[in-house]
Amino acid sequence: MKEAWLFAAQRISAMVLAPLVLLHLGVILYAVRGGLSAEEILSRTEGSLFWGAVYGLFVLAAAVHAPIGLRAVLREWGRWRGAGLDIAMALFGLVLLALGLRAAAAVL
Amino acid sequence: MKRACHRLAETGYDEPVMAMLEVEIWRGGEDGAWRSYAVPHQANQTVLDVVTHVQRHIDPSLAYRFACRVGMCGSCAMTVNGRPRWTCRTHVSQAARKGRVRIGPLRNLPVIRDLAVDMAPFFEKWRDAEARFVPAAEPPDAPVRPDEPQRMAADAGIECINCAVCYAACDSVAWNPDYPGPAVLNRLWTLVNDRRDGDREGHLDAAGAGCHLCRSHQECADACPTGLNPTAAIAGLKREVFRRALGGRTREGRR
Repeated sequence: MKEAWLFAAQRISAMVLAPLVLLHLGVILYAVRGGLSAEEILSRTEGSLFWGAVYGLFVLAAAVHAPIGLRAVLREWGRWRGAGLDIAMALFGLVLLALGLRAAAAVL
Repeated sequence: MKRACHRLAETGYDEPVMAMLEVEIWRGGEDGAWRSYAVPHQANQTVLDVVTHVQRHIDPSLAYRFACRVGMCGSCAMTVNGRPRWTCRTHVSQAARKGRVRIGPLRNLPVIRDLAVDMAPFFEKWRDAEARFVPAAEPPDAPVRPDEPQRMAADAGIECINCAVCYAACDSVAWNPDYPGPAVLNRLWTLVNDRRDGDREGHLDAAGAGCHLCRSHQECADACPTGLNPTAAIAGLKREVFRRALGGRTREGRR
């Protein structure tokens, strides 16, 4: 049953990520003018509820999507199974979420 | 081509020989090696003909398996130039690259000797998943029409003859010893869609234990000599298993 939920979570987060990744690539190409640095980008996106929400959603979807995929890779190629792997992947997801939300919050 | 044309007297064949093929065949068990043979290439020659030629005219100790020679039984599956195939239905002209053919045992199964693999792990997974028809206690409340969607989904995968070509082609099988493989899951999908079957829940339980290990690379669909699409069947199982996990009514419930 757990695998069924993980499968669905990964598919749904992928559906969310697909357009956001394209948008993100577009933003990179469009927004970079004086070199790629956080200050430079933030100086123009800061205070925007829209961009904060977009990247908040992006981070959420990535934090769900990446650990599930990494879990599959480690199970198959690393032969790591069991509860230890699940806990490690949950922590990995939380780390992604914390780091990402911190960056997204800077936009607001 | 003209230069290489021989006749019966020289080769023992009544078909003209077009050229000589450079054939490499796996000899020995898991720790065996490739050995080269020169085999006369003829029109309409199959890879199975090549293997048979080697055994009858060059080395009688070559071990391989075949039965029907017409693509009915699925026992002559081997790896031909890196691709799992029925050797009886593969022409040399279609498989050879620059006059070279490399014939090995099927991947993902233990090699017994030469071109013969032990099929037991393949069938054991089939048995463990109980991927077989279980007659329902009561017959379906409406006759099963050949054109109803569920029956069509079952029919799409019904022509599997258990040759293990998909099993040999599948990377998920190679990576994951727990993965039941495309053939078993394809069979489960036909049963899940069979309204006359009485153990839909059991089949979905069995599918739920393995179908999420499929990575949808479609190697099985690409290799299947019967033209089935096990990847599509497995995708159907993933959806149906999730629908059940949601507690929603499955197709069975809606009918």
